[in-house]
Amino acid sequence: MSANPKNMVKVFERPASLTDAKFTYCPGCHHGLLTRIIGNVLDELDIADRTVGIAPVGCSVFAYLWYKADSQQVPHGRACAVATGIKRARPELIVFSYQGDGDFASIGTAESIHAANRGENITVIFVNNQIYGMTGGEMAPTTLVDQKTTTTPLGRDPKVAGYPIRFSEMIATLDTPIYVTRQALFDTKHIMDTTKAIKKAFQNQVDGKGYSLVEVLSTCPTNWRMSPVQSNKHVGETVTKVFPLGDLVDRG
Amino acid sequence: MGERLLLRGNEVIAEAAIRAGCQCYFAYPITPQAELLEHMANNMPRLGRTFIQAESELAAISMVYGAAGAGVRTMTSSSSPGISLKQEGISYLAGANLPCVIVNVVRGGPGLGNIAPSQCDYFQATKGGGHGDYRLIVLGPSTVPEAGELTMLAFELADQYRIPVMILADGLLGQMMEPVELPDPIDPASLPAKEWATTGAKGRAPNIILSFEMDPEGLKQINDDLQAKYRTITKNEVRYEQTDTDDADIVIAAYGTIGRICKSVVRMARAEGIKVGLFRPITLWPFPTEPLKALSERVDTILSVEMSAGQMWEDVRLAVAERAKTPFYGETGGIVPTPRSILNEVKKHVR
Ligand SMILES: Cc1ncc(C[n+]2csc(CCOP(=O)(O)OP(=O)(O)O)c2C)c(N)n1
Repeated sequence: MSANPKNMVKVFERPASLTDAKFTYCPGCHHGLLTRIIGNVLDELDIADRTVGIAPVGCSVFAYLWYKADSQQVPHGRACAVATGIKRARPELIVFSYQGDGDFASIGTAESIHAANRGENITVIFVNNQIYGMTGGEMAPTTLVDQKTTTTPLGRDPKVAGYPIRFSEMIATLDTPIYVTRQALFDTKHIMDTTKAIKKAFQNQVDGKGYSLVEVLSTCPTNWRMSPVQSNKHVGETVTKVFPLGDLVDRG
Repeated sequence: MGERLLLRGNEVIAEAAIRAGCQCYFAYPITPQAELLEHMANNMPRLGRTFIQAESELAAISMVYGAAGAGVRTMTSSSSPGISLKQEGISYLAGANLPCVIVNVVRGGPGLGNIAPSQCDYFQATKGGGHGDYRLIVLGPSTVPEAGELTMLAFELADQYRIPVMILADGLLGQMMEPVELPDPIDPASLPAKEWATTGAKGRAPNIILSFEMDPEGLKQINDDLQAKYRTITKNEVRYEQTDTDDADIVIAAYGTIGRICKSVVRMARAEGIKVGLFRPITLWPFPTEPLKALSERVDTILSVEMSAGQMWEDVRLAVAERAKTPFYGETGGIVPTPRSILNEVKKHVR
């Protein structure tokens, strides 16, 4: 029996807060999925027309193209400082930064920690894919022990490069942040958990509560040299052992 | 006009910024501009405006980027080593056409140098201290009252041309106290709205602040537009002061604090019957090339005097070409040339 289009109900569509621009991400990479989730949250909270997104340097450098919202593209690592400037200038705006692990947890270490410690009323989305995607797969501060990257061709040796940094746990030692959580996207349940966390992180800002950080474990099939399916499995079975999921701070 | 105040150079710059409607100020402490930071800490919160002591100069200039992009008047200040750290953000601000004011109360360099007054950051300020083909408007005040006037002007020019403007002062000017009369404060709410700013895309297409363009033709266009803007500024905004140059045989070229000291030198020399004049650039970029060129047609010698190893001197020589002799006298290390030592230098070049 062929379906009559007139009787069909739309159950899935592009979030209204996203533009028609095509994503620049590789197949199987979680950046696209995460962008969709943020778009849905902006829709649900009906805040896109008072939101300013921060596009970092990294694979998501083009993030200013995805949202029907104002954006600022910023220097590598400085997203939380720029977010501070925007939010202090116009507290009525909803400001979120979207940053890779190199951006947030390496070159932007100082900016990331101090914005959290000042309790800036912003929302930070921290995409932990354990690698520098944009520049061709170099080691990130979050790269796992023994993980091969172009700058750790024999695998990350902790004697030379230290251990993967658990940045959210560091932020969680501070007294000021309102909400710090680590989520993942490797299966439907975790996609739903991430959606809830991101919604909460934006709602906190809308309510004027303060700083929220959502770390999202993400995949990089291209630079991990894995298929998208293998990549999801790798996150679920291996990465989550080093970076355990769940809330680290919830003072909401 | 407002009341008469007795203030340090650093305080005047801060107070003038407040009166110009600066709503957000971000900085990291460094000598010799601490009083500027303190004046802002004491006054910005009281006015319901933003003061943040940033975690670094990198962060402070990035906060300026955010606030400028959100369309408010914003400023940061520092001294030489801190200004080096700000170069990343300055390049991005220039590339994104964002208006802001950056104050450099210059100290001795290179490296950690010292905290004595210096003019050794002229190259960094006027030739582009960060990456890319960009310019800042650079203003060089020579007295405390002028520091106030030029700070007010800096905010106007920044908004008019959507460009970062630098106040290039030095430790001497920062610490010196003089009576000043500052104009009445501007109400930030009375300033024209910035249609391009990220204020929320309600009822309009999104505004995007960026300095990024992957397509070479597109980036060339951005550069062409910047260069066109710089030509307009060069045409409209050159400022300088000439003292006793009409009948002069020798003219001193000097800016900032040294420009002021050289005014005394002109008086001392004239008392001894030596016909000396002073040419004092006020805009260091755009440099007053044409007026200096005109002057070089009728004087024998243009002596550059600086607290550096000879930086503005290069712009003087470019302007003068071979039309006049262009000797140089400078002191480095934070040593301030005395009027007597400059006069002796002048005498070496008069017949
Ligand atoms: C100051 C500076 N240093 C280095 C770079 C080069 N660079 C661009 S992206 C990047 C790493 C990005 O990695 P990450 O933040 O983890 O994001 P991803 O690309 O993996 O999403 C680097 C080092 C730059 N653009 N600017």
